[in-house]
Amino acid sequence: MDNTGKRPRVGLFVTCLVDLIRPTVGFAAVKLLEDAGCIVEVPAAQVCCGQPAYNSGDRADARDVARAVIEAFEGFDYVVAPSGSCAGMIRLHYPELFAEDAAMMPRVHHLANRTHELVSFLVDVMGVKFVAARYDGTITYHDSCSGLREMGVKAQPRALLGTVAGLTIKELPGAETCCGFGGTFCVKYPEISNRMVGDKAKDVAGTGADTLLAGDLGCLMNMAGKFTRDGVDVKVRHVAEVLADMAGDVPPIGRAK
Amino acid sequence: MSLALHPTSKAFKANARAALKNETLQRAMGHLGFAQKRLEAVGRLPEFEALRDQARDIKNHTLQHLDFYLEHYEEKLRQSGGEVHWCRTPEEARQAILSICRSVGARTITKGKTMVAEEIALNPFLEANGVAPVETDLGEYIIQLRDEPPSHIIAPAIHVTKEQVADTFLEKHAAYGKTKLLSEPREMLEEARGILREKFLGADVGLTGANFLIAETGSSIIVTNEGNGDLTQLLPRVHIVLATPEKMVPTLEDVSTILRLLARSATGQEFSVYTTVSTGPKRPQDIDGPEQYHVVILDNGRTAMLGTAFQDMLRCIRCSACLNHCPVYNAIGGHAYGWVYPGPMGSVLTPGLIGVDQAGALPNASTFCGKCESVCPMKIPLPGMMRHWREREYEQRLSPPAQRWGLAAWAFAAKRPRLYRLLTGLAARVLGLWGRRHGNMHNLPLAGGWTQFRDFPAPEGKTFHQLWSERGQR
Repeated sequence: MDNTGKRPRVGLFVTCLVDLIRPTVGFAAVKLLEDAGCIVEVPAAQVCCGQPAYNSGDRADARDVARAVIEAFEGFDYVVAPSGSCAGMIRLHYPELFAEDAAMMPRVHHLANRTHELVSFLVDVMGVKFVAARYDGTITYHDSCSGLREMGVKAQPRALLGTVAGLTIKELPGAETCCGFGGTFCVKYPEISNRMVGDKAKDVAGTGADTLLAGDLGCLMNMAGKFTRDGVDVKVRHVAEVLADMAGDVPPIGRAK
Repeated sequence: MSLALHPTSKAFKANARAALKNETLQRAMGHLGFAQKRLEAVGRLPEFEALRDQARDIKNHTLQHLDFYLEHYEEKLRQSGGEVHWCRTPEEARQAILSICRSVGARTITKGKTMVAEEIALNPFLEANGVAPVETDLGEYIIQLRDEPPSHIIAPAIHVTKEQVADTFLEKHAAYGKTKLLSEPREMLEEARGILREKFLGADVGLTGANFLIAETGSSIIVTNEGNGDLTQLLPRVHIVLATPEKMVPTLEDVSTILRLLARSATGQEFSVYTTVSTGPKRPQDIDGPEQYHVVILDNGRTAMLGTAFQDMLRCIRCSACLNHCPVYNAIGGHAYGWVYPGPMGSVLTPGLIGVDQAGALPNASTFCGKCESVCPMKIPLPGMMRHWREREYEQRLSPPAQRWGLAAWAFAAKRPRLYRLLTGLAARVLGLWGRRHGNMHNLPLAGGWTQFRDFPAPEGKTFHQLWSERGQR
């Protein structure tokens, strides 16, 4: 039950990357939300939050894509995404995107105010204190930028990870420094991005942890891709996989079975 | 070398690539310790966050009534015997400074640190007109000897290693009879100080920038750590302040609020070593000071930013916190940005001053990680304004064609959920099979930017939406 005392109806915003690359993260989110007492639905009309267009300066296309999201998620008590970046887009940037469209604004604000990043939603809204999961290993945690600075995600994943049996947390120096993904940035400026993710790889390897967790698949793919390319022997997973006890269901990101 | 005369912002990508391969630069950049020092200084000041709000409000108010405060400032300054020269363009500012120099027959001009002088490429202009400029800030002095532009707005020689400074001094100081190769920074400082001392005493005109202009009193303020600003403005007969209109604050009280943020945000000092207020020329009862006091106020496109999406940028106090915390700046240094102001503040300001057609690459070279905004003492929404520049660039069709086509194709599919599902289902299946053996792909068509340095993690094989509907919609 949420802090209003009823079982909330939650619309899961799957995110385009989870949909395409790593559906397990979506199912992990469903499990965590259901375990927390939510009724979870997945609107079929959802595609993407529109961030690729928005951050490329294409407001018209971003608005069209966003409008579809607003329509698809009308009527839920909450909208939850396993990504701080996509949740931040809806919560903070949709109101900016529709600033000149007075007719849309009530609907935009209604959606924005109900939208949350998964792990912070579980802890802050649903009051989840522990998870029934086991992970035998030492993890380190990267704070993805949008989740950290736009959505205030910092303590919540650590609090829940602290209740996973067998798991040890080692803090990552520079955990709040960008990994160099940045959406289209990583392909527009590959050399700079490579330098940033290279620095991140060194920091992660330096912790001695065997697993790196984070809450955004874009960053995770960037880091996992760098690790396998450079032979950094650290497994990479979305935090939801571990919290939902589903790490056994799929190999780490970028690794074979 | 002046970046204002020879901007290379259009070549940002190539500049950045070269910077990443430049081992000397990478060694020099490795010592940037300002971020940690700022963190410690902020930790010692519980009201730091509240001060940020106050400072933002002070500047917002000032910008809203900028015409009033500028006029008030000029009136107060006239009363104390100073003169304001309003300049719209760099050329007007250069001419104003030159004519002041000529009116007193100046042969040499000492200079405190000023980025605005870089913006108007003042040094090469003065040299060409028979006035020798002498930089007196140690970092500026070093790069003047090396004929390089500054690469950081408060630490202009941050890109130079200690060994390079020693070599430069050996070469350039031979003229002063200094022929020993130095190895200790202390020795280099002493040698430069000895040479500069003579320059201070011999200068006809001293030129400084301004960290703030104060409307209430008609004063300007500079903050320095070396005391060179005081010698520059007190010893010569003429003091020229080169400023820009957005440096204005209403009162001394206001400036003291913002000063509490400035040094902490910049270097992690509580306060800069010297905070120097100047209000007009020497009065009869003063022991020292210049006979003439001129303030050259250069607009160069700034007031055109008022009332636009970029007005907030005019709150900037040039502390450099955004540079110091930017992972992109830290990776490539300041020269790669190709114009006077580097880092996040430069990525917003430069397109405003030289055009987004020239500097469009800069606001694109950001991951929008948001670190700059989080440390900005004036709470300037830097990533948001970089996005606004991307919008201008997109509207004017300046972004690269491949990027536009890619975006258009993506948007076409993203607006058609059934088509999108078909395509993603196909992609997940094909890529999933392709990458199954290794769990990733070493090469991927149309994704060279990614796979040049990283493997592309293989999809699981089916999309979430496929699997969800197979399970039977709950």
